[in-house]
Amino acid sequence: MKKESLISEEILEINNYKKTEHVLWDLFKTMFMLSACTFGGGFVIVSLMKKKFVEELGWLEEDEMLDITAMAQSCPGPLPINASVILGYRMKGILGSFVAVIGTSLPPLIIITAISYFYEEFRSNRVIATALQVMRAGVAAVIFDVVYNLASNIIKTKNRFYILLMIVTFIMNYFLGFSAMLIILTCLSLGICTILLDLRKEHKARC
Amino acid sequence: MLILWKLFFSFIKVGLFSVGGGYAAIPLIQNQIVDIHHLMTMEEFADLITIAEMTPGPISINSATFVGNKLAGIPGALLCTFGVVLPAFLLCLLLAYFYYKYRSFGGVQTILASLRPAVVALISGAGLSILSLALFQAQKADIVLSNFHIIEAILFVGGIIALRKFKTNAILVIFGSGVIGTIAYYLV
Repeated sequence: MKKESLISEEILEINNYKKTEHVLWDLFKTMFMLSACTFGGGFVIVSLMKKKFVEELGWLEEDEMLDITAMAQSCPGPLPINASVILGYRMKGILGSFVAVIGTSLPPLIIITAISYFYEEFRSNRVIATALQVMRAGVAAVIFDVVYNLASNIIKTKNRFYILLMIVTFIMNYFLGFSAMLIILTCLSLGICTILLDLRKEHKARC
Repeated sequence: MLILWKLFFSFIKVGLFSVGGGYAAIPLIQNQIVDIHHLMTMEEFADLITIAEMTPGPISINSATFVGNKLAGIPGALLCTFGVVLPAFLLCLLLAYFYYKYRSFGGVQTILASLRPAVVALISGAGLSILSLALFQAQKADIVLSNFHIIEAILFVGGIIALRKFKTNAILVIFGSGVIGTIAYYLV
């Protein structure tokens, strides 16, 4: 009961915040910054979003961020764009989605446009190549920090099914090379099976 | 004008069918731009992929911008990017609508709860891939232990300490490792 009232207070607070126009500018600014730093693919921006929106700003709960990631991964199109559409919608409806997507698309648009004028030089520049290589260490550190928090929260639930699911899907994805899409779909069907089993149990109990 | 429309529709197709992110889009873009419409040669396309990998942002947006720019300047870049984003935008909006409408239902919660461990696993997989690229410049079976990059290893450990102990901003850690690492490479 107490927990529920806490959550509703939180929602109220977010709703108040939603009313200010400020949130659109914050959304744009944050997505722009994060998108400009997404070296190394979609899951990097998800990690950055988790740090920013869950830990720093407190706009989202951790579970919600994971749900957004799962949904973004199961839609076609680039993961950062998909995630920002859903996040933007959460913060300020369709207008929010629009602003978040513009914020996410602008950095690559500007950077690539600038580079396309002198890409020979860019491609063969050794300093840039070195910087990009060493930057991966920083990106990996950020992802590991986020994964540590997420995984320990899953382990803390002490639910053996979820812990096993995490380990098995990790092996499937990293070692066996199953695609992210396929793994999400498998877990989706597992979830549906759990519901059907629960329903059957209930039905039997009633009979 | 005709080329702009051609490009726009090509990238809508790329956006619509690139399920599964990043690298899934490459063969689609190649198919549309090189094979069907002959807007680029295979060599130019290889350059494009190199550049797209070197810069931040999703590969499909990077290539849409690059192709658009090359063939029709900045309006082309804008239109192609718009095309690649449009299907994702509409589909995700629909999904977001249903998610926020029904997510408190028991059944939906059960399904979402079984997706979350998988998402954690996927993020860790991506993290490990990037780490092995940082430390060995190779993936899984191609890793040669003698090719260990000590500077990157120090940066990685330093980054973890900065994030966990001093709560340093993630963006600062990424760019900090870039600057410190590059200086270290030229000093050693």
